[in-house]
Amino acid sequence: MEILSSLGLGFSVALQPLHLALLLFGCFAGTLIGAMPGLGPVNGVAILIPLTFAFGFDATASLILLSAVYFGCMYGGRISSILLNIPGDEPAVMTTLDGYPMAQQGHAANALAISGVASFIGATVAIIGLTLFAPMLAKAAIYFGPADYFALYIMAFATIGGLSGVDPRKTLLSALLGLMIATVGLDPATGIPRYTTGSFHLYDGIDPIVALVGLFAISELLFLLEKTIKDRDVAIRLTTWIPDVKVVVGTLWATLRGSIVGFVAGVLPGAGASLGAVMSYSIEKQVSNKNNTFGKGDPRGVAAPEAGNNSASAGALIPMLSLGVPGSGTTAVMLAMLISLNVQPGPLLFERQPDLVWGLVASLYMANVMLLILNLPLIGLFTRLMAVPTWALMPLVVAVSFVGVYSISNSTFDLYVMIGFGLLGYVLRKLDITLVPLVLGLLLGTDMENNLRRALSISGGDFGVLVASWISIGLYVATAAFLILSVFLAARDRKRVPTEAG
Amino acid sequence: MGSKTMISAKLAIATAATVFSLSAAPQAAQANECIAPSSPGGGWDFTCRTIGRILTELNLVDGNVQITNMAGGVGAVTYATVEAKRSDDPNLIVATSTVGITQIAQGRYPSGIETMRYLGMLGADVGVIAVAADSKYETLAQLNEAIVADASSVVTAGSSGAGGWDHIRLLLVARAAGLEDLSSLRWVQFDGGTDAVTQMMGGQLDVVSTDLGEIAGFVESGDIRILAALSTDPIPAFPDIPTAISQGVDVTGYNWRGLYTGGNVSDEAYDKWVERLKTLYDSEEWQTAAVDFGLVPIWIGGAEFETYVREQEKIMADISRDIGIIE
Repeated sequence: MEILSSLGLGFSVALQPLHLALLLFGCFAGTLIGAMPGLGPVNGVAILIPLTFAFGFDATASLILLSAVYFGCMYGGRISSILLNIPGDEPAVMTTLDGYPMAQQGHAANALAISGVASFIGATVAIIGLTLFAPMLAKAAIYFGPADYFALYIMAFATIGGLSGVDPRKTLLSALLGLMIATVGLDPATGIPRYTTGSFHLYDGIDPIVALVGLFAISELLFLLEKTIKDRDVAIRLTTWIPDVKVVVGTLWATLRGSIVGFVAGVLPGAGASLGAVMSYSIEKQVSNKNNTFGKGDPRGVAAPEAGNNSASAGALIPMLSLGVPGSGTTAVMLAMLISLNVQPGPLLFERQPDLVWGLVASLYMANVMLLILNLPLIGLFTRLMAVPTWALMPLVVAVSFVGVYSISNSTFDLYVMIGFGLLGYVLRKLDITLVPLVLGLLLGTDMENNLRRALSISGGDFGVLVASWISIGLYVATAAFLILSVFLAARDRKRVPTEAG
Repeated sequence: MGSKTMISAKLAIATAATVFSLSAAPQAAQANECIAPSSPGGGWDFTCRTIGRILTELNLVDGNVQITNMAGGVGAVTYATVEAKRSDDPNLIVATSTVGITQIAQGRYPSGIETMRYLGMLGADVGVIAVAADSKYETLAQLNEAIVADASSVVTAGSSGAGGWDHIRLLLVARAAGLEDLSSLRWVQFDGGTDAVTQMMGGQLDVVSTDLGEIAGFVESGDIRILAALSTDPIPAFPDIPTAISQGVDVTGYNWRGLYTGGNVSDEAYDKWVERLKTLYDSEEWQTAAVDFGLVPIWIGGAEFETYVREQEKIMADISRDIGIIE
């Protein structure tokens, strides 16, 4: 009952005309920013912070605007993943795996609809979780120590092996390459530069989003150049512009599973949306990949990671608000903004500023509905993008990529890094090495290393600390079970495939 | 028709992106500019945005102050850029703090402290030594006793890496208490003070050394206990917290926020900035903004600040050598 009255208070705050207008604007701007390669929620929120100061919005209004942008970006990120095979932001990497094949087979409308609905359900599940359990979950999350986080990352990496159907050795090579690149920069524990070749520009390491845009967008352009010389590309035939409701409904269980996995990853302050998407996809693949359709355009392979990354982003608000610990880059920027507006997130925020917290929660419910309504009619429009010949579209995508990457840091150095990664991506793709494990290595490697270093600092170098808690032991056991199961399933698939192919 | 619409839609997106990025790009050299050597959010960004806003509000400058974010190398990229291209620009100020001086002391910037002219500090975060509410350490003396008896039995942490300011000020306390082998104390790095505090509440760590501002909420909620504030006087918002000095440990550990300008700026331009910043410091607006952000307003400016910065750099270099961070 107390929760209902709190929510009532929240909706009375969120329904004020200014807040509604900000919500709508934020959702729209967020979707656009998220859809552009290179620009993600961190940029969206960072770009709009000065705006909130300029208009003199109070903390509640600012938070509502920025959260709407944050959610909008998470929705928008999927669009270019599906249509162009270029992730709009970091957590959308997993959506390329099945989303792009679907689009190539002419099912772009279905893929967009599935991911839109999955995003909606994922975020809704997480917001309900936020409403009911926020303070409690925050209290539970503090018992997750560095060694336990390390075990969680080990689990994520162990499951990457099953991500792409090609040679597992190449997948491993790609993941290790990503982990290696993640070590560039100042060593977080001691501040000593590693692999920086004396350049200050490399002190902060490689920004994953810069690498990601290079690997996907620039290498795509290089492939295009090559193709145009050799032959005209075959236009993709669209089966329909209108999504098939049956297919969307068919992914409901995948969506719900992804939502719950993502939410757990979001609540843990050391995890975040990228990990949420990875785990959702891997688990869904284990559960549902009976006919070896994942990676070839399986609708469930789109639903699970999209539900996962959206529920993780909403879940990440729990540690941000109730502990003041940001679970992701975006929540870190929002946290800084709140502090500068004289709101100190932390254990007392729910008691002291209930109108702010519940106003935000109510706004999130509304932002989510708005985004669904906003996004479904746009499917037709976005799908038409597929009709644009690649030679016309790609130069624009690349131009947007350059602008996006430059706007992150105002640094031409990042543009060179992006081009470098574009060349690397081209070479790797020529060698049939998938890029997704590399990106995940780069995205998750830093946190994985940090937590290993922390665990070992605590124990004074004794590796026993890694298996000293029941949480970490449980995670290792689950990982082992996971691997055994996938070997077993792979063996079964090999027996089955020939009969089914006929 | 369909394809044309889409191309123009994409163009519109591209234009929007250009507008967004332009708003963040530096404008012509005429306007006053404050560089925050970090991404938006965080201390340096706050320094520039708040000071820029108040300078305009008080009509101390013409028009708005342009804020530029130039992240990279914990301020090193900005340091190199200002030295190479803007060292005589009278309209440029750059945010810095104790963190920047630590980097210089450890040789992580392209050039030394004398490369720039330091204008002043306007406020500071106070460092504190915190333990969990159920910790066995009730006073700083008890903690120090345990550290001196067996340094490896106490796991300490904060928001910087080994050799960072959170670590160094804890070591200053430990050294004052009589610990000789400073490298024997276990230090765990976290990305922020609250990250460290929540891990301490979860039972992973014994002691956290960090700025009070960020973790004040946990003090008020009773989740953690502050053994000592590293300030000369008790903190106004928390008068009950004893200072280290009042417990016989003569150590202060402020994380100040201030500004520098290029090394070849004329005395005239330098003095003008110091004067503007002093006026800003005395204003109601700054005093309120600083306290809201969890800072204690403190002013040291001009030549006095230049001396202060050089002394602090020396202390940091000495202790970094003691723990083997630099040679």
